Amino acid sequence: MSNKIDEAQARQVAKLSRLDLTDDEIKRFSGDLSSILEYIEKLDELNTDSVEPLAHCLPVHNVFRADVPKESLTAEQAVANAPERYDNYFKVPKVLDDNSGA
Amino acid sequence: MSELEYKVIVGLEIHVQLATRTKMFCSCGLGFGGEANTRVCPVCIGMPGVLPVMNKQAFEYSVLAALALNCNIPSFTKWDRKSYYYPDLPKNYQISQYDLPMSEHGYIEIPLEDGTTKKIRILRAHLEEDAGKNTHTFGNFSAIDLNRTGTPLLEIVTEPDLSSGAEVKALAVELQRIVRYLGVSHGDMQKGHMRFEPNINLEIIKEGKAYRTPITEVKNLNSFRALEGSVKYETVRQLDEFMETGVTFGMGNKRTFGWDDVNECTVLQREKEEAHDYRYFPDPDLVPVEMNDEWLAEIKGQLCELPIQKQQRFVDEYKLSEYDAAVLTGDRATAEFFDGAVKLGADAKRVCNILTQTGLKMANEKGCSAAELGVSVENLATLAKMVDAGDINANAATKIFEEMTASDKGPAVLAGKLNLVQKSDAGEIEGFVDEVLGANAEAVAEAKSGSKKSKKAMGFLMGQVMQKSKGQANPQVVSQLLNKKLGESE
Repeated sequence: MSNKIDEAQARQVAKLSRLDLTDDEIKRFSGDLSSILEYIEKLDELNTDSVEPLAHCLPVHNVFRADVPKESLTAEQAVANAPERYDNYFKVPKVLDDNSGA
Repeated sequence: MSELEYKVIVGLEIHVQLATRTKMFCSCGLGFGGEANTRVCPVCIGMPGVLPVMNKQAFEYSVLAALALNCNIPSFTKWDRKSYYYPDLPKNYQISQYDLPMSEHGYIEIPLEDGTTKKIRILRAHLEEDAGKNTHTFGNFSAIDLNRTGTPLLEIVTEPDLSSGAEVKALAVELQRIVRYLGVSHGDMQKGHMRFEPNINLEIIKEGKAYRTPITEVKNLNSFRALEGSVKYETVRQLDEFMETGVTFGMGNKRTFGWDDVNECTVLQREKEEAHDYRYFPDPDLVPVEMNDEWLAEIKGQLCELPIQKQQRFVDEYKLSEYDAAVLTGDRATAEFFDGAVKLGADAKRVCNILTQTGLKMANEKGCSAAELGVSVENLATLAKMVDAGDINANAATKIFEEMTASDKGPAVLAGKLNLVQKSDAGEIEGFVDEVLGANAEAVAEAKSGSKKSKKAMGFLMGQVMQKSKGQANPQVVSQLLNKKLGESE
C-alpha cells in the first residue's frame, strides 16, 4: 500500500515533537501513522453537509471562576519532581534559539 | 540614496497584561518579581490531569478593552492550543484563540502632531496566557521561573496602517491611556505590562515603479523610545539594503529582529525554520464562551469617556490649548478632578493653571495623581473662583493649594490664616492712595507729566500703596484708583 505519511513527513512530525527517532522507527511510524489516517478516513463516508462545525463536544459554556487568589505551591514543592534544579529554578539544557515569550 | 521616494508601513502586535488578581486559568496570584516559582500550581506548571478554569474578570476586562477599541464582540468564542516547545510554558502549548477570537474589526484613534487624529484599524484582539521566564546567565544551562506562566494577556493586532515611528509611539501612548482609564491594565511599560512587536517594511518608488521591502518583525519592545527607535532604524536599514541588494518582499523572507537598547539598533535573531508551525487545534479542556446582550450591556456600562474624546472636549468646550488638554487627560483621575471643578462653576483656564503649575508638579514629586493630593474637587473649584473674584492673587493660589494638600481646611479659611486675602474694598484702599499721593508730591508730578519718567513714578506710587496695605490690596483696584485720582487733579 502507498503510505499516506511518507518517511520525510514522519521525520518532520518527530522533529516538531522533539523526538529523536532511528531510521527503523521512522519507517515503522510512517506505516503506523498512515494506517491510523486510513482508519480515520472511514469518517469521510458520513454525509456532514448539514452539520454545524463543533468547537467542543460538551453542550456546556461559560464555566468561570472568580478572580480570587488561592494558595500556590511552595517553590520546594514546585521543583520537587524536576529532574534537575538550580536554587528554586527548574534547570534545563541551555535554550539556544530563545525565541520564547508568548 | 535620499533621492528615493518611499513610505513606511507598520502594523503592530501588542500584548497587554490584564490587571486581574489571579492568573488566566488558575488561582495563583499575579505579581512582579519575587522568589522564583512561588506563584505556581499544578495547572500553570503543566502537570498531567489538571483542568484549567477561566478567570471571569480577565474575560470581562478583555471585552471592555475591545469595546473601547471599537471591536465587534461575537456571541461565540473558543480556546485553542498553539504548539510551543520552550520550557517557559511546560505544557508544550499555549492556550490562545485562533479562528474565533473574542473580538475583531475595530479601530483606535490616535492624535497626530498636527492636531488631527488618525484611525488605525484593529484586525482582532484575543485572550491568551503568558509564558514564564528563562534565565541563561547562571551557567551553561537555562533556569526557569514559572511565576509569570498563565498571566492573562490581551493580544491586539492592528492592520498595517501606521506610517512613521511617531505614529507608532502615539498609538502606544494612546493605548496606555485607554487601558489605564478603563482599569483593565496597569500599563506599566517597565514591568512588561505592554509589549509591542512592530512589523515594518517600506514601499519604495524607483523609476516610477513601486517595490516593497521584506517585512521585519521586531520582538518584545517595552519602551516608547525603543518602539519609535526601532521603526526609525529599520526604515534606514531597509532603504540601505534595498539600494545594495534590491531585495523585495517575497514568501518566506520575513525576518525576526531584536532590539539592542544600548546601541539603539535592531539585531537579526536566529530562528528555527519550523518555529512557526503552530498546529492550532481546539482545546478540549476549556468550554466555549457565549456572550449575550444582557452580559454585554453590563460590561458596556463600565465604559467611560475615552481619553481622546475627553481631550477634544476640553479643547472644544473649555477652550484649552491642545497641549494643556493632553496634559490634563494624561490620567483619568486628574482629568476628572479638573472636569469636576469646572462643572462646579470654576473657570476652566484658571483651574487648568492651578493644576498644571502647582498640582501636577506636586503629584509628580509624590508619585501620585493630582487628584490624590488630598484636595477635594469643591475646594479646587472654590480656590479658582477666589482668584477670579480678586480675593487672592495667582501666587497666593499656589500657596493655598499646597497648604490644602496637608490640611482639611478650605481655601477661604487658609487664605485668611496665611494672610493672603486681597483687599478689594475701594474705600479702605482709597485711604492708602490718598496718604501716598499726599506724601509724594514729586512722584505725583512726574506721574502726571507724561514724560519718560511717568511710568516709573506710577510704579513707585503703586508700590507705596501696596506696602501700606501690607501687600493685601488688590493691585487692579489700586491701579484703577491711582489712575482715577491722578486724572482728576489735572
